[in-house]
Amino acid sequence: MIAPEVQVCPAGVPLPYRVVGHAIEAPDVATIALEPVGTALPPFAPGQFAMVYAFGVGDIPVSVCGIEGRRLTHTIRTVGAISGALHQVRTDEMVGVRGPFGTGWELPAATGQDVLVVAGGIGMAPLRPVVLAALAAPERYRRLNVLIGARTPRDLLYTQETANWQAAGAQVLVTVDRPDAEWTGDVGVVTTLLERAAFDPHETAAFVCGPEVMIRATARDLVHRGLAPDRIRVSLERTMHCGTGHCGHCQLGPLLLCRDGPVVDWFRAQPLLGVREL
Amino acid sequence: MPDGTPHSVIDKDGLDALISVLTGHGRTVIGPTVRDGAIVLAEVCGGDELPYGWGVELEAGHYRLKRREDGAAFAHSAGPQSWKTFLHPQRVREWSAERRADGELVMAEDDTPPPSYAFLGVRPCDLRAIAVQDRVLTGGPYADRAYRGRREGAFLVAVECTEPGATCFCVSMGTGPAVDDGYDLALTEVIDDQGHRFLVRVGSAEGEAVLAELPCRFADAATETAARERVAEAVGRMGRTMPPVDLQVLMRETLQAERWNDVAARCLTCGNCTMVCPTCFCTTAEEVTDLTGDHAERWRRWESCFDLEFTHLQGGPVRASSRSRYRQWCTHKLGTWYDQFGSSGCVGCGRCIVWCPVGIDIVEEAHALNDERAAASEQAAS
Ligand SMILES: Cc1cc2nc3c(=O)[nH]c(=O)nc-3n(C[C@H](O)[C@H](O)[C@H](O)COP(=O)(O)OP(=O)(O)OC[C@H]3O[C@@H](n4cnc5c(N)ncnc54)[C@H](O)[C@@H]3O)c2cc1C
Ligand code: SF4
Ligand code: SF4
Repeated sequence: MIAPEVQVCPAGVPLPYRVVGHAIEAPDVATIALEPVGTALPPFAPGQFAMVYAFGVGDIPVSVCGIEGRRLTHTIRTVGAISGALHQVRTDEMVGVRGPFGTGWELPAATGQDVLVVAGGIGMAPLRPVVLAALAAPERYRRLNVLIGARTPRDLLYTQETANWQAAGAQVLVTVDRPDAEWTGDVGVVTTLLERAAFDPHETAAFVCGPEVMIRATARDLVHRGLAPDRIRVSLERTMHCGTGHCGHCQLGPLLLCRDGPVVDWFRAQPLLGVREL
Repeated sequence: MPDGTPHSVIDKDGLDALISVLTGHGRTVIGPTVRDGAIVLAEVCGGDELPYGWGVELEAGHYRLKRREDGAAFAHSAGPQSWKTFLHPQRVREWSAERRADGELVMAEDDTPPPSYAFLGVRPCDLRAIAVQDRVLTGGPYADRAYRGRREGAFLVAVECTEPGATCFCVSMGTGPAVDDGYDLALTEVIDDQGHRFLVRVGSAEGEAVLAELPCRFADAATETAARERVAEAVGRMGRTMPPVDLQVLMRETLQAERWNDVAARCLTCGNCTMVCPTCFCTTAEEVTDLTGDHAERWRRWESCFDLEFTHLQGGPVRASSRSRYRQWCTHKLGTWYDQFGSSGCVGCGRCIVWCPVGIDIVEEAHALNDERAAASEQAAS
């Protein structure tokens, strides 16, 4: 065990974290809760990400979906070797964590306004802390809308919890692309839910995360409805190997997304995403 | 410091002594030397290993050594390597991880002591390239440990350029052919009827201390004048010139240009340009495990933005076409580098032009983009 007084560069070398919780959200998605073995990383803000290291396999960028004291929670979808290895870690095993990296959602900028959260698939994970923070300070924000889209009902994250959000005062609307036999809810892409969301476009801050096509479609619709592009914050994904701005992979034109992102406002993101293959 | 100390002059034996003094201080001296038909950067143990009497013939996609009558040591321009080979090496171990029997994971930063280098013959453009990598790798909130260790200890002997190559364009990038800071010692080679000698300027306290150990004399007016004249003449003999426009703006305004298709039809996406460029810094992470499976190491190695893997996401690479990959490289060098790191990412050394197997020339591409933009705005106006 690393003694707490041992100083390890938090950015360059992972700190050991113990898996203290493991839950399967969907067939290929797991949520792991982590606690530092010794020294903890500096506090994470919603929207920021960690580089989570599976021993012997490598590390990948993963947003925080929960921050309680020293505990970090991550929801990870298996798409390859490293995410697959992290899916398989068991309670009491250890992983390495570096961070916090990148920009946050900056929910307080929505003070006094309607809050609109739009999530597609795994994109709900980084947005969960926004919902929790907004629910925790109802006096601070006006209406809270949470619009969730997923490919199939089985891909929906935090289903227990989202029901509680509704009960706690948020308007939660859920849709799937492909329903199964039991599904009685909405069918269609997440942007179809905007119709029914209760928000004043001139007094709203929107927070959007999901696949890039979904982000584009949502932001375009919101702008169409009168939201100023700089009131829409989106979280973007690019390849990242370091998190510290040195590997060069996460460039999007002038931005290094590990440093200037992943959360960017649409005013900046739109012209960049408008250039094919930038 | 640069102008506080009187300038000195050393002869060829002084250069010899410089190498042995620096070696005596425990440094590995890296300098230009002839190997396999090129002037490479490698460890030099004596002045006789310097490329006296060698020059280079450069063109797009072309590099050839040629003999020089004057016996000059530094009358060649940038070769296939740059100092990043030593400061930001191809492969570096960043940390290692141990899985103990009880399942504990222990991770430790690599603590290999950095080598102590002295670089002899750093060109003005390359001195600026080192400054560019300093900003990228140590200028942000996180400093790269391997780079910083190597960089902080390095002793830099710059050499001003008196013989620019046909692919050089440092003047239009504002990076050469003279140097006025960022070195420990700066040399200017002078060869005339008064002999073969080097004007020496001091740029640091350590530079001053090293100079004190060399056989040297105060600079005479003739040597001073000759040195200034040689460098001033070099300004007028640049092989290439960038279009005289704001390149950052040019890159921003031509992202959709037709010219990118033209260059894409020629580019092999081999990534040579990124390997030879003294400022290109991109790397990829590599995980290495031993046979027991309980010991793992994190390495990083150079990677090129021309690799398809570079932008791999679940849906496939973000930059799939060669058009987009050349555009990324070129606009990064000349444009978005300013946004990201506050300076140009190109110092005008010309290496990418020389070592491109099909002779793609970043200067020519910038001119073509500028012409296309001018034509488009003319059309819009009429
Ligand atoms: C800021 C940020 C936050 C993220 N947050 C989450 C999250 O909360 N939950 C989650 O499930 N996923 C998240 N991701 C995506 C996650 O990092 C990738 O799914 C993961 O890197 C894939 O790596 P792998 O080894 O499992 O797959 P690989 O075996 O590496 O995956 C297959 C292919 O995908 C590529 N790849 C895909 N995405 C990335 C990436 N971002 N970086 C490097 N290589 C990539 C690989 O190069 C490879 O070719 C986030 C990504 C970013 C940039
Ligand atoms: S882009 Fe080409 S000319 Fe510019 S610094 Fe790199 S290698 Fe030299
Ligand atoms: S520009 Fe030349 S060196 Fe660079 S990737 Fe294309 S072919 Fe290779």
